Amino acid sequence: MSYKKLTNPQIAWRAAQDIDDGAYVNLGIGFPEMVARFQPPGREVIFHSENGVLGFGEAPVDGEEDWDLINAGKKAISLNPGAAIFNSADSFSLVRGGHLDVAILGAYQVAQNGDLANWRVGHAGVPAVGGAMDLVNGAKQVIVVTDHVTKDGQPKLVESCSFPLTGVRCVTKIYTSLAVIQVRDERFVLLEKLKDISFDELQSLTGAALHIENEIVDLEVPELES
Amino acid sequence: MDKTTANLRDAVADIADGAVLMIGGFGGSGAPIELIHALADRFRETGSPSKLTIVNNNAGNGKIGIAALLKLGMVSKVICSFPRTVDSHAFTERYLSGEIELELVPQGTLAERIRAGGAGIPAFYTPTAYGTDLAHGKPVQEFEGKAYVLERWLKADAALVKAEIGDRMGNLSYRLTARNFNPLMCMAAKMTIAQVSCIVEPGEIKATEVITPGIYVDKLVEVSHSVQEEVMIRAGVEYA
Repeated sequence: MSYKKLTNPQIAWRAAQDIDDGAYVNLGIGFPEMVARFQPPGREVIFHSENGVLGFGEAPVDGEEDWDLINAGKKAISLNPGAAIFNSADSFSLVRGGHLDVAILGAYQVAQNGDLANWRVGHAGVPAVGGAMDLVNGAKQVIVVTDHVTKDGQPKLVESCSFPLTGVRCVTKIYTSLAVIQVRDERFVLLEKLKDISFDELQSLTGAALHIENEIVDLEVPELES
Repeated sequence: MDKTTANLRDAVADIADGAVLMIGGFGGSGAPIELIHALADRFRETGSPSKLTIVNNNAGNGKIGIAALLKLGMVSKVICSFPRTVDSHAFTERYLSGEIELELVPQGTLAERIRAGGAGIPAFYTPTAYGTDLAHGKPVQEFEGKAYVLERWLKADAALVKAEIGDRMGNLSYRLTARNFNPLMCMAAKMTIAQVSCIVEPGEIKATEVITPGIYVDKLVEVSHSVQEEVMIRAGVEYA
């Protein structure tokens, strides 16, 4: 293995570069939240949280939290100028109604037709879904940020998902630790890959065929602190 | 017209065994924790209400609030979107042992079902959950080339909600993101009981700033120093 895969902050950085000025964006709890840290300067992006807020900002310092001002991850937040607060039905109206530009989520598996599995890996334990199924059926773009493979090296990008689905044919683009991939016409189209990984090696780590439609761009990301 | 109630005990006195009970809040924000604890107190004294169905976004945290109702054995079913939290063992233990039934609902569908219940809309089609386990057995219909799942309204016998300011006519306004499910649940219950930080004279909440009109509210009780769930948990409070 002669390549060095991207860290989670580096994957988040790469995804952040593609969010347009003026976009309304929902970031999933956990790793996807990192995308907010890497907004290119000069772009104004409005972040949405499912519990009923648009335009929230950074977390307050320890001890300054107001527990009536939280995000869907139940973390304390602040409000940016121009923020708005509304009830839970309005919060999901703006999602399902097609008003939200981008939803960024994690994944257990993504299928080549855009099916997403990200809410449970089997049928044991306590299931919990939150707003994921609403987000993937409402946002104009559904973006996945993920390691390219599982912890034990199995492909996360697959022909069809074996885990329970969150949504069907919903994912539009995938940013992984090795590549950037578009879902187009029920196929994985490779847009970018790390310079030091060969196409064949990348294909061997991917559970479905990678298609090339244009010249593949090198996936280049700065060194970032974890 | 005066919907104010003297104390928490009287406010929750009419919730019956087997009731479907909506409880507002998202995590601790907007959770009517003192009303919930008044209900737990009533159960300890009288053994009632029991066999409750609880509707909330979550299923309790720590040993307080909804988790306390679960630990006391007052609940037979939970309808929620996200029963897992940092410390949701009260639910987890009872769910895995089969003591409590779970109806898992996507969060946006949960909100819309409650809104529909309050708005007199018995069912609606939503794209959410199409093709997933959570749409199993539900009718599907195509509209303009896309598939939608039929979901039914959700109504309750009673709702416990928390607001910041209320007047004796039942008009409510909410603090920051403590709004969440509260205004929807006010609409969907036969009896809505609100705890508010401050009761003011009618007119003091400007008509344009009323979020929940008083028509949806039946009882109002002032809890001027409500303690947030997050603060209680950090302080190690246990209510059951």
